Amino acid sequence: MDLYDLTVHELLDKLKNKEITLEEINKSYIERINEKENEVKAFVTITDEDAVEKAKKIDDDIKNGKEVSKLSGIPIGIKDNICTKNVKTTCSSKMLENFVSPYDATVMNKINKENMIMLGKLNMDEFAMGASTEYSYFKKTSNPWDLKRVPGGSSGGSAAAVAAGMVPWALGSDTGGSIRQPSAFCGTVGLKPTYGLVSRFGLVAFASSLDQIGPITKDVTDSAILLNIIAGHDEMDSTSAKVEKKDYTKSLIRDVKGLKIGLPKEYFGEGINPEVKNAVMNVAKEYEKMGAIVEECSISVTDYALATYYIIACAEASSNLGRFDGIRYGYRTENFSNLTDIYKNSRSEGFGKEVKRRIILGTYVLSSGYYDAYYKKALKVRQVVKNEFKKLFEKYDILLTPTSPTVAFEIGTRSNNPLEMYLADICTVSINIGGVPAISIPCGVDSNGMPIGCQLIGNHFEEEKILKAAFTYEQETKFREKYKPTFKK
Amino acid sequence: MAREDYEIVMGLEVHSELSTKTKIFCSCPTEFGGEPNTHCCPICMAMPGTLPVLNEKVVEYAVKAGLATNCDIARTSKNDRKNYFYPDLPKAYQISQFDMPLCVDGHIDIETEEGTKSIRIERIHIEEDAGKLNHDEYGRGSFVDLNRAGVPLIEIVSKPDLRSKEEVESYLRKLKSILEYIEVSDCKMQEGSLRADVNVSVRKKGSKEFGTRTEMKNMNSFKSILRAIEYESNRQIDVIESGGEVEQESLRWDDISGKTFSMRDKENAQDYRYFPDPDLVAIKISDEYINNIKSNLPELPDSRKKRYMEEYKLPEYDSRLITASKYLSDLLEEAVEVCNNPKTVSNFIMTDITKFLNEKELEPEEIPFTAQQLGELVKLIDKGTISSSIAKKVLAEMFEKPEDPNKIIEKNGWIQISDEGAIKEVVKKVLSENEKSVNDYKAGKDKALGYLVGQAMKATKGKANPGMLNKMFLEELNK
Amino acid sequence: MQINREEIIHIAKLANLSLTDEEIDKYTNDMEEILTFANTVNNVNTDNIDELASLEENYNVFRKDEVKAFGNREELLKNAPSQEDGMFKIPKVIK
Repeated sequence: MDLYDLTVHELLDKLKNKEITLEEINKSYIERINEKENEVKAFVTITDEDAVEKAKKIDDDIKNGKEVSKLSGIPIGIKDNICTKNVKTTCSSKMLENFVSPYDATVMNKINKENMIMLGKLNMDEFAMGASTEYSYFKKTSNPWDLKRVPGGSSGGSAAAVAAGMVPWALGSDTGGSIRQPSAFCGTVGLKPTYGLVSRFGLVAFASSLDQIGPITKDVTDSAILLNIIAGHDEMDSTSAKVEKKDYTKSLIRDVKGLKIGLPKEYFGEGINPEVKNAVMNVAKEYEKMGAIVEECSISVTDYALATYYIIACAEASSNLGRFDGIRYGYRTENFSNLTDIYKNSRSEGFGKEVKRRIILGTYVLSSGYYDAYYKKALKVRQVVKNEFKKLFEKYDILLTPTSPTVAFEIGTRSNNPLEMYLADICTVSINIGGVPAISIPCGVDSNGMPIGCQLIGNHFEEEKILKAAFTYEQETKFREKYKPTFKK
Repeated sequence: MAREDYEIVMGLEVHSELSTKTKIFCSCPTEFGGEPNTHCCPICMAMPGTLPVLNEKVVEYAVKAGLATNCDIARTSKNDRKNYFYPDLPKAYQISQFDMPLCVDGHIDIETEEGTKSIRIERIHIEEDAGKLNHDEYGRGSFVDLNRAGVPLIEIVSKPDLRSKEEVESYLRKLKSILEYIEVSDCKMQEGSLRADVNVSVRKKGSKEFGTRTEMKNMNSFKSILRAIEYESNRQIDVIESGGEVEQESLRWDDISGKTFSMRDKENAQDYRYFPDPDLVAIKISDEYINNIKSNLPELPDSRKKRYMEEYKLPEYDSRLITASKYLSDLLEEAVEVCNNPKTVSNFIMTDITKFLNEKELEPEEIPFTAQQLGELVKLIDKGTISSSIAKKVLAEMFEKPEDPNKIIEKNGWIQISDEGAIKEVVKKVLSENEKSVNDYKAGKDKALGYLVGQAMKATKGKANPGMLNKMFLEELNK
Repeated sequence: MQINREEIIHIAKLANLSLTDEEIDKYTNDMEEILTFANTVNNVNTDNIDELASLEENYNVFRKDEVKAFGNREELLKNAPSQEDGMFKIPKVIK
């Protein structure tokens, strides 16, 4: 087995047994990038120049008996909306094509403190607005399982790079499904933590009250390991939760006996592809077999959650994206004679059409005369969604749903109708609205061999429960041993 | 109708920069000045991905200001975003407070010709200041300096209770002094740390309805505020008198031309799209927190004024004027501690010191000598070491070169002559040299005595003890 | 939901976007459809719901008033499209 095929915890085991070196690990991933990036196009910026040298140095340190952190020298990929000092952070937008952040995001400080090696910045839908990574200004990323298909989005580059073995794991961000849906499309494990568990400081904001950074990994164990690194209170983020630090790897136990799993029926309705539905129902059966108690339940506001999501997310985005004005950083139009020109032309030329569409929608719902009917009402419905989750989690430990109504679709075939496109987020957005954690794990493939993901949803700060359930299923069914991306052309 | 038939109705929105060490949402210094963009960081420059965290002192200072102006303090409050584009506003929104300000429903009392009047305060909220645009003289462009961006402000909004320029001035002075007393703002108007927007409307006297108001933005001197009110109220009256209608709009006062100008084209009506800032959490204030601040609130000008009238027996007018400035009031109290003579210290402040400040256009804070030195000076008069006319000269010296008044007297040989023999000698000499005046006096012209005393003072270069001089002249003349 | 072109033009102005006629048409159509959908939130009964309930969940996160200077102007200005004398340069703004 090639090193790039291994999970991080497998690599760590081999390192511990001195079977391999960090130099070999990094070389293996860099070679893989050189081999596959042309096809997959997951990276916006590759930063592998010093990787091998750095790895060698850490190998030497280990040899010399120096104390190094557990993840020293392990490669990682970072979604290109997480600020990195000295390396461009583009958000896959023309607006930030040449932007280099003057500071590191809090999660980057944590990654750097571990002395991990960043191999590059990963492609995404522009400003994280989209679900296919087709809205990147730079390139369209391909799904490693079928290069004609999209990797999902917005963290499509992250999921594709992990699936293709170009990085052992990556960070993504999730505002309405942007970690989970590409994970489902690419057969990876994607975790959106509870809102507030991971600092947002340095994550270029899309929708402040919904955004969360989370791991995209090859398996559940790696997800827990990476969550251990990035979780924790940050005084630079007022919305960061003051919860005690946990060791999430402790929940990696095969045990779902007596676990109460709710199956919200709204997530298994008409819009869900039958093969997807079937696969997720099989997961439920599997859990039952393993001793869990599975019951149908209902989240009655599911349909409204999507509308709520688009109102709130776009309202916040319209304000968050005001700072891109061509004055202090970012794209400035060449076509100006006064300040208004700079504003209007820089923004119109620098933002793509989907970003502009959401800015217009967000500006509209906040504007005078419409605020109460849309934005204020959406805040109320958000509260209703939260209440429904609260009630459900009084009864169930976790909820099980499909991650996406479909598997990955072909590039360019996504509907041009924005509303239809938004409807594809139906399975994931409520979780962000509720602020609760959810993980997407692969649970089979469809008749074309495309991976299907299921989503396990937990209560606030109960990442352990979903990790444990996910781990148990993963150990039982061993998706990674059965299926591999084929880079089908 | 004549202008006198109209009543002016005004409300003020006063912006005051808080004297915290750091900005409202980041740890950059708030210090005035500095090279452009050196008091900045990724947060106040609105770099992508940055987030605000509220400075605890800002809440404390705003609550203090609220309590000092008799406001109710909100138990739950929040920050909102006010969205608009301008180069001095790097996020394209200002973090402010919209519908849940920290303080509401207060008032402060001002003195008017008709007696004390209460001016209601609608609200006090916290927000961030904007940066500064510099313009170069060749018109090549404008230059953005964000050192002031993110400096904390409180905005104090009054009800439209003000009816004249004079009331506006007393209100502003009172507000300024309160903020200085509670030490939440240094209120340096020349540095823009106290600015006012004035809402002006006019109506016929006796009318119950308000007229349409205009808002004059961002004025930072008493002089321009008062001139602007005068101009704008007259402009509105003229518009009405000529059959027109006042338009509701924002105006910019131009000090040079002495006129107001419309700030925005009408089709560009602002829509700030306020909404709760999702990057910040609620502010919840407990009774304990409020009581703690309340019990540590310093004595405010009204209370000091009352104390000066009762304990120091100073006239109302003097007490009011001195307590209007925290600096002068502190000066008085500290000097009185040294000399135990409030009346004389107060007189110095009301006359010589005020005159000097006016002449040199200085603020009380810029008085060079200390309260200790002023107290010593009064002590020297009380001890009879110097006369009050010499004391005036000493004070003038103290403004030029502040040092211990004893030293000034010594250096200039100004110690008062209180030796009876020496004074008698001078009196005799003056009497012998001024026979005409002596005769005048004896003929009933009392004024002649003054002349004789004056001559004696001249002969002693003002150093003779005037009381003794008077007494001795009378003795000699009545012999 | 009926949206007209004028509304989109007004909104674009607020958002500082300049749109071509074609874009205005496109966004007018898009918004009509999206807002009709968004409007379904009004079908939810929220009679006893306080939209500010979240204020009770998370509050009083403050920073100490202690100076930590960033101290690197160059780094803050390095992305500026145009700068001069340590300031961001823009076309002359008429006061």
